[in-house]
Formats: sequence, structure tokens, C-alpha cells
Amino acid sequence: MSNEVLTGAQAIVRSLELLGIEDVFGLPGGAILPTYDPLMDSQKIRHILVRHEQGAGHAAEGYASASGRLGVCIATSGPGATNLVTAIADAYMDSVPLLAITGQVGSKLIGTDAFQEADIVGITMPITKHSFLVTNAADIPETMAAAVMIATTGRPGPVLVDITKDAQQGKAEFVWPPKVELAGYKPVTKPHGKQIQAAAQMIAEAKRPVLYVGGGVVRAGANQELLKLAELIGAPVVTTLMARGAFPDSHKQNLGMPGMHGTVPAVTALQKSDLLITLGARFDDRVTGDVKGFATGAKVIHVDIDPAEIGKIRFADVPIVGDAKEVITELNAEMASVLKNTKLDIADWWVFLNGLLERYPLGYNKATDGKLSPQHVIERIGELSGPEAIYAAGVGQHQMWSAQFIKYERPNSWLNSGGAGTMGYSVPAAMGAKVAQPDRLVWAIDGDGCFQMTNQELATCAINNIPIKVAVINNSSLGMVRQWQTLFYNERYSNTDLHTGTDALMIPDFVKLAEAYGCLAIRVEKEEEIDAAIKLAIATNDRPVVIDFIVSRDSMVWPMVAAGLTNDEIQYARDAAPIWDGVE
Amino acid sequence: MSTHVLSLLVEDKPGILTRVAALFARRGFNIESLAVGASEIEGLSRITVVIGVEGAPLEQVTKQLNKLINVIKIVELDADQAVQRDHMLIKVKTDASTRSQVLEAVTLFRARVIDVVSDALIIEVTGDTAKCAAFLKVLEPFGIKELVQSGVLAMGRGSKSITEKVLK
Repeated sequence: MSNEVLTGAQAIVRSLELLGIEDVFGLPGGAILPTYDPLMDSQKIRHILVRHEQGAGHAAEGYASASGRLGVCIATSGPGATNLVTAIADAYMDSVPLLAITGQVGSKLIGTDAFQEADIVGITMPITKHSFLVTNAADIPETMAAAVMIATTGRPGPVLVDITKDAQQGKAEFVWPPKVELAGYKPVTKPHGKQIQAAAQMIAEAKRPVLYVGGGVVRAGANQELLKLAELIGAPVVTTLMARGAFPDSHKQNLGMPGMHGTVPAVTALQKSDLLITLGARFDDRVTGDVKGFATGAKVIHVDIDPAEIGKIRFADVPIVGDAKEVITELNAEMASVLKNTKLDIADWWVFLNGLLERYPLGYNKATDGKLSPQHVIERIGELSGPEAIYAAGVGQHQMWSAQFIKYERPNSWLNSGGAGTMGYSVPAAMGAKVAQPDRLVWAIDGDGCFQMTNQELATCAINNIPIKVAVINNSSLGMVRQWQTLFYNERYSNTDLHTGTDALMIPDFVKLAEAYGCLAIRVEKEEEIDAAIKLAIATNDRPVVIDFIVSRDSMVWPMVAAGLTNDEIQYARDAAPIWDGVE
Repeated sequence: MSTHVLSLLVEDKPGILTRVAALFARRGFNIESLAVGASEIEGLSRITVVIGVEGAPLEQVTKQLNKLINVIKIVELDADQAVQRDHMLIKVKTDASTRSQVLEAVTLFRARVIDVVSDALIIEVTGDTAKCAAFLKVLEPFGIKELVQSGVLAMGRGSKSITEKVLK
């Protein structure tokens, strides 16, 4: 096999097969056509034809986030490639292992403004972990192997491989395994022993420790190790938007999600803490609020696989570079020997936190305009579908409610666009997740705004037997923007009305739209119809399902820390600040 | 604002300069000078960059640069442990009455005249940034018609090389 001469196109397909890729999402065009020919014959790779390249990108992301495996998308040059840009940026922000393969015009045409030419390597430089331009067939195996290695190791991220048409058509000896030499790429996964000791010592002395858990724990598959650590030290746990499911919501040490729409106990725990045990989190502004006023009394242990995250926003008293799984494993061993069967002296801390949990549970006011309460709908989806299901949200109010009101018990169950905040993520990401995990129930929980950005992938789902369930939380508006207009712009609703509600123009009618795409379509307007609709959706697996839930547009996401304020100024509900006492 | 001289050893791959420059722009770091050229090892280039650091600490700059796959090594070259040189070409207006004064300055600063016409001279000068600035100030009254300068070049003192231990 090692002496076989292949075309570049065949080498691309063969490399993918040998790298263990089983599913790819894409859409062909002129500059990638040579590759689509041998792809048709591959027995090992399933190619799923999307309706828009952005859908391919988010599908690959959903595939990766649901399974922990590499997601792969393919597009042609020029507009095909630029349509991937949003998904690539999204994957970069949320550290999703993604391989984007794009066709490029012939190497002799590069720089001539040829038909469908775009400098996609240049365009994506700031939003990829790395990118390659391949102009020679012989370079393909090595480049593909390097790209997969970079995307999946260290801090995962998107890698783009742009391959000229003549490189795909050229012939070269196919050598496998190729020699991959990356002199400048040596991710550190094993932590420094001294730092582990320092961290264990600091934890043992803490009076108000909090485990501040981020998406890195999910990407590293370190949830079991985290559970062990949490139970060993007995400290409260907060799971960021990217880390929902990294620690079971049912666990009594879990205070929920911190941040702009976090729970009062989670936000307050960080704020009043004396030690943040930060695991794979990056002090995002949506978590810290005004960073100057964030957890001012806390020391920081910061564990991250990316050294650049440590000290970027917040000084780390104990910086630990390493893979979360390896770090927590070593920390557990060290912690056990430091504690010697004793417990942390944090009883007072728990008295304070339990008081908050009791006084400020997550909740919502029922809608009073006769429409459904969106929080209730989402809560019921979670309760009826269970913790093994996968929930992919769009961006906005429905995303926050899904993060709040669905109970997550395992990682890779909650998929969303956290860093980039990409509207339209949900439907294609759910599609990708269902392809990766066909035996799990997969929900796209979407808004009426988000849904209109990428719902064309329902065609892909219907035709390729990918039976996802879509819950459109239809409040006939760009809900989160509207919420800000309500709170901060004197209820002046500039350009946020989408007219999709049943009492509006109803353009489009989501039921008709879903039926046109070959889906089972259900509209729910009454509370007593909610459960039956969800159950019917769960039971229907011969086609995708879309449920149009007509919800109140006046429902708002609470609690909330308004942008630019410190977390001390959290509002439990509108004009209702929590009362803190006990701990200073 | 403090300035730092960083020396980068990079793989000589297409787009490497764009990657480095774009990273500075994107992360809000100021480049004061940049010099790029081949190193003593084939396939590796050396970038000397002078950066002004205001808000973001230097550590953030080096960490972000280290994330670039084609960047192999980064060393900060302190002024007291490294030699630093600027190189300038200066076209100065001269006539019969001023030429001798300009030539005197050239001698004092150990610069060299590399082109002469009746109404101008091209002078090259090499030295650290302060010396070059001082020389420029002396020439200013005569009228500087054109100025080109390299970025700062820097190299650590002693026998060690930045490329040691980099390649197995």
C-alpha cells in the first residue's frame, strides 16, 4: 500500500479513512469536485450533503461536542469556504476539535482574482488554531495528519486545510503513516508536581473554596475525576455555560451556573469565595461581570491546558498548565495525602450557601398573557427526555433557559454556542450530534429568530434519516434583544419583532414550513398540550419533528447581572436584589 | 509604556509574517519595529520585534505568540545581555557650504557616505537606537530628504545560540 500512487483527491479520502474519520458534512463545488469523486466510493466515510456550508460547519461542531471526536466539514472555494467562517469562529471560541477542508482554485490562478477565489487561509487566520494551504499532491497525507493532530490535541480547536484544485488532480506516491514534524507544537498535558502540591496546600487551608468548572473539563473528559475531587474536599461546584453537565446537577454540592444569568448561589459563591479552584475555565466576561469587582477576596488556582489563558484576565496565585484530566487525577492523589481522612473546615461556608440555595432557588413567574411560559416548556422537555438526551440550543433567551431549567447529569449532553454566541447554531449542531450519537435522543431547542437562520438543514435531516426534534420557543421576537430593550432602552422595541406568533402575521408559519421539509409538525398553544406534544416527538423517529411552542414575549431571563456591573449587583428578578448576610 | 525586544525563531512557512503581525494587531499589542530574515539554519527564520507594552503584560504577548504553530521559540533580549543594532540610510541635503560639516558628523558617528551628488549625500549609519537618533538630530538642520531604516536587530551576548536545543 505504501507504494501506491494516488491522485491528491484520493489521498485526501484515504487519509481521512486512515485517520478514523467516519462522517463528514459538506457541499461540493468546482474547486473541491475532484475530491468528491473518490469520496463517492469510500466505504468508510459517510458524507452528508448539507444545504448551506454554515450548516456543515455547525453540524461538525455538534458532532464533536456530542461525542468528543473530531468533526469534519468540507466546502468548495470562495463563497463555499467563507460560508464556513462563522462555524470556524464558533469552534475557535468554544475549543471544538474541527477540521475544515476547502477546495481552492488552481495554484497558478491564486492571486489573480479567479472565479470563486477567496484567500480563506488569510481570512481564517485569527479564528483557527492553525491553517494550511496545500498546492502539491505529495504534501496531502502529512498535512491531513498534522491538521488532525493539531485540532484534537492540546486545547482543541479548528484547523483549516485549503487544497488547490491542481493538488487534488496531481498524482503522488501515498506514504502512510506520514512523518509529521511540528517543531513549534508541543502541548503540555502533564502538570508540574510542585504546583500540584501548592494547590493542594492552598485548598486544605481555604475557608470558602469554590470549584469553578469550565468547558475544559468537558473537552478533557475529566468529569469522573472532578466528581472525586469535589467529594474529597466537599467544596461547592459551579459549572459555567460551557460546562453544564460536567458535574451532575442532582449533586448537592452543585450550585448551578455562574455568570450574567447564573443562579444567585453560584454567582454569590464565586463573589464571596476565598479560593477559586478554576478548572478549564477562562474568566469570561459573562462569568466575571466587571472583572475589577469579581471575587475580590479570592486567591486563584488556575488549571488550563492553554498557558495563554492563565493570567490573561485574572492573576493566578497557583498556575497549573496541563490537561484537566491529568491535573485533577494528580490533585486528587495529593489532596488525599494532605487531608489524611480529615475534611476541609468549611461548615460555616455551607451554612451560608445553603441559606442562599433555600432563599434563591431558580424560578420564574408564569406568563400572564395567555401564552405559554417558555421556562415551563423547556423544563418539561428536559424532564420528559432525561439526562441521556442531547440538548443543542441556539443563542438568546431560550439558550439561557435551557442552561437553567434542564437538569444535566453528564457531559456532552448540553451543546451551545457559548463564546461566539452564534444564532443558528442549534438545528445543524443537533443534526451533527444525532449523526455522532444515533442512539441518543437529540433536541434542538431554538428560538424563532435562530431557527430562521439555519432551518434549511431540516431537509438534510429528513432526507438522510436524522430524526432530530426541534422545539421552537416562539415568542415572535428576538427575545434577548427585546429583554434588553425592555430593561435598558425604555421599552423601545427597535427591530426586534419577527411576526412569527399566532397573533401576528405568522410569517413564516413554522408548522407549514416544517411540513414542507418532510417533518412532523406540531403547534402547541395551551399548557395542557405540552406534554403530549413532547411525548409524540420523542416517539416519532421516522422523520424529524418540529414543535412550534407559542410562548409569551414578556418572559424574561432571571437572575441577571447587567452588562458592565459587578456580580455584587445581581438581580434575582426585576428590581429585586438578593439579601446577603453571614459572610463578609 | 515599556518596550521589549523579542527574538522569535520561526519556521519559514508562507504566511508566517502575517500570522505574527496579525496576532499583534488582534490582541492590541504595539509593534515599534520589526526585522525579518533567514537564520543560520535552513528553513528557519529569525524575527526581531520591538513591542511597546501598555495594558497587556509581556507574558501575554509571548504566550499568544507561542500558540502559533510555526513559532518555535521566543526569547526576550534584555539590553544589558544582548547587542542591539539599528541600520539607517539617510539622504541629506548638502551643498558646498554645508558638506564639510555633514562629513564631520559622519566621522564623529562612525557613519559612512555611500552616495554623493552635488546637492545631497546618502549616509548609512549603524548603532543602537539612541545613537541613530542622536545622529539623525545632528543631521536634521541640514535637511533630511529621505530616511529608511531597518527594524532593530538583536542577538544575545556570549557563545550560546537561540537555536540550540531546538532541533534534535
